[in-house]
Amino acid sequence: MSPEAAGLEVSGLSIDIGGRRVVDDLSFSVATGERLGLIGESGSGKSLSILSLVGLAPADAVVAGSVRLDGRELVGLSERELARVRGRQIGMVFQDPLAALNPLHTIGRQIGEPLRLHEGLSRRDALERAVDAAAEVGLPDPAQITRLYPHQLSGGQRQRVGIAIALACRPALILADEPTTALDVTTQAAILDLFQRLVDERGASLVFVTHDLAVLARITSDVVVLSHGRAVERGTVDGILRGAEHPVTQGLVAAARATTWRAS
Amino acid sequence: MTKHSWAQELLRRPAGVAAAAWIVLLVVAAVVSSVWTPHDPFDTDPYSAWQTPSLNHLFGTDGIGRDIFSYVFAATRTTVVVAALAGVLASLVGIGLAALGSLTARWVRESTAVLIDILIAFPTILIAMLLSSILGGSLGVVITAVGIGYGVNIARVSRGEIRRVGRTDYVLAARASGVGSAGVLGRHILPNVAPVFVVQLSLAMATSILAEAGLSYLGYGASASTASWGRLLNDLQVYIAIHPGSVVWPGAAITLTVLAFNLLGDALRDATDPRLRARRATSEAIA
Repeated sequence: MSPEAAGLEVSGLSIDIGGRRVVDDLSFSVATGERLGLIGESGSGKSLSILSLVGLAPADAVVAGSVRLDGRELVGLSERELARVRGRQIGMVFQDPLAALNPLHTIGRQIGEPLRLHEGLSRRDALERAVDAAAEVGLPDPAQITRLYPHQLSGGQRQRVGIAIALACRPALILADEPTTALDVTTQAAILDLFQRLVDERGASLVFVTHDLAVLARITSDVVVLSHGRAVERGTVDGILRGAEHPVTQGLVAAARATTWRAS
Repeated sequence: MTKHSWAQELLRRPAGVAAAAWIVLLVVAAVVSSVWTPHDPFDTDPYSAWQTPSLNHLFGTDGIGRDIFSYVFAATRTTVVVAALAGVLASLVGIGLAALGSLTARWVRESTAVLIDILIAFPTILIAMLLSSILGGSLGVVITAVGIGYGVNIARVSRGEIRRVGRTDYVLAARASGVGSAGVLGRHILPNVAPVFVVQLSLAMATSILAEAGLSYLGYGASASTASWGRLLNDLQVYIAIHPGSVVWPGAAITLTVLAFNLLGDALRDATDPRLRARRATSEAIA
């Protein structure tokens, strides 16, 4: 655990809200270019955990422990310092792409926003880069689509925009909070393929949060299972499928098997 | 083209255009009437009382021979001044209290919410009576009373809206992109609160015209030397059974103006929200 270690190093992360402990002593690490899945039922604290990695936990949450990115401690940084990390070094993709896009701004402006902030681009240059970014995430007719508003896009297109925003400044780490949960199954597969390809191309690290083991199996092999804010099991997807020890993990495996069986 | 300025969008709405045109006409009338009216609006002439509309007296005359058109024309000044100043004051009170009640430290936020609730319990009329018993009745009292009374309403609605928008995913996503607190407030929260604010403000301005009429009637408003639609309506309504034609003019002026403010507020809200704009943009994009 040397301070120079490249990648993300989370140790002893604990979060209290209103005197109640919601995340308890969570530790994991993701080296540069690697991927990790955080899996658990709803309410297990997985979304809150990754939000707190970049200081976005709710105002009444008390966060303790250590989060290091390439050796730099993020817990306790000022809001101004954190703002320079967010979007530039760490990109985030949200669960509900419609809710995560400002209804009043065009797609181009939203993809361009982190570029203007972190790379100091002019409005025109940012828009140009946004068109390129839209093409890269496979949006049809990028020049036209960047002039549209979020409500004019389909669910899958919106999530491609969400990915384009998160990747705009080429961050070294991407945090994805159930990015395919709000999408239909066909779109899910396409978005997961896109994720795979882009994360590979950039050599970025990825923390992927989900409650669906079948989805996770397509993205990564390393898994941490969360339950009631604690890491109850860790290992590889294969290992967990062969023999899960914790009852929560067994439940997730059974659920994944049932969906796969129904699908085939 | 899919992107228009809100002004262009507004011009595509007939109701918005008509409302804006009426308000522009009022402002022009207010300016013109301060230098010229067909007759002196306060000039009485017992020999020409209760005349029916003619070229000389477009709206006829009242019981003491005043030219109703000139009086209604001159009173637009009062209406425009009251609506504008009450609107400005209501905005200042509304935005100030809403900001204090949503963006500050917890204890300031919550005490402001209590203050807003207390102030809302005071009817505008009570504020006006209180002020005029200290300062005497004047247009200033009407403007202050309406500005505070409706400013508090604007504050309550806007405060709730700022807090709701502040908790949305797109604000969280903007912060996750590295947008600082000033940018989050200026580019993401306030523009999304604006439509609700605009509608509330147009309502406040419309109500200020009714309130001026009502308060002038009760003697808390304009002095007798100031022309006012409310005062004229009050003077003429006594004779409504005998001369129903004359009371129509101030009544229509008040109704049309209140309607114009409401319609303009709605049209502005629609024009600034891309989701409420014409669906045409979407079909163009797909084609």
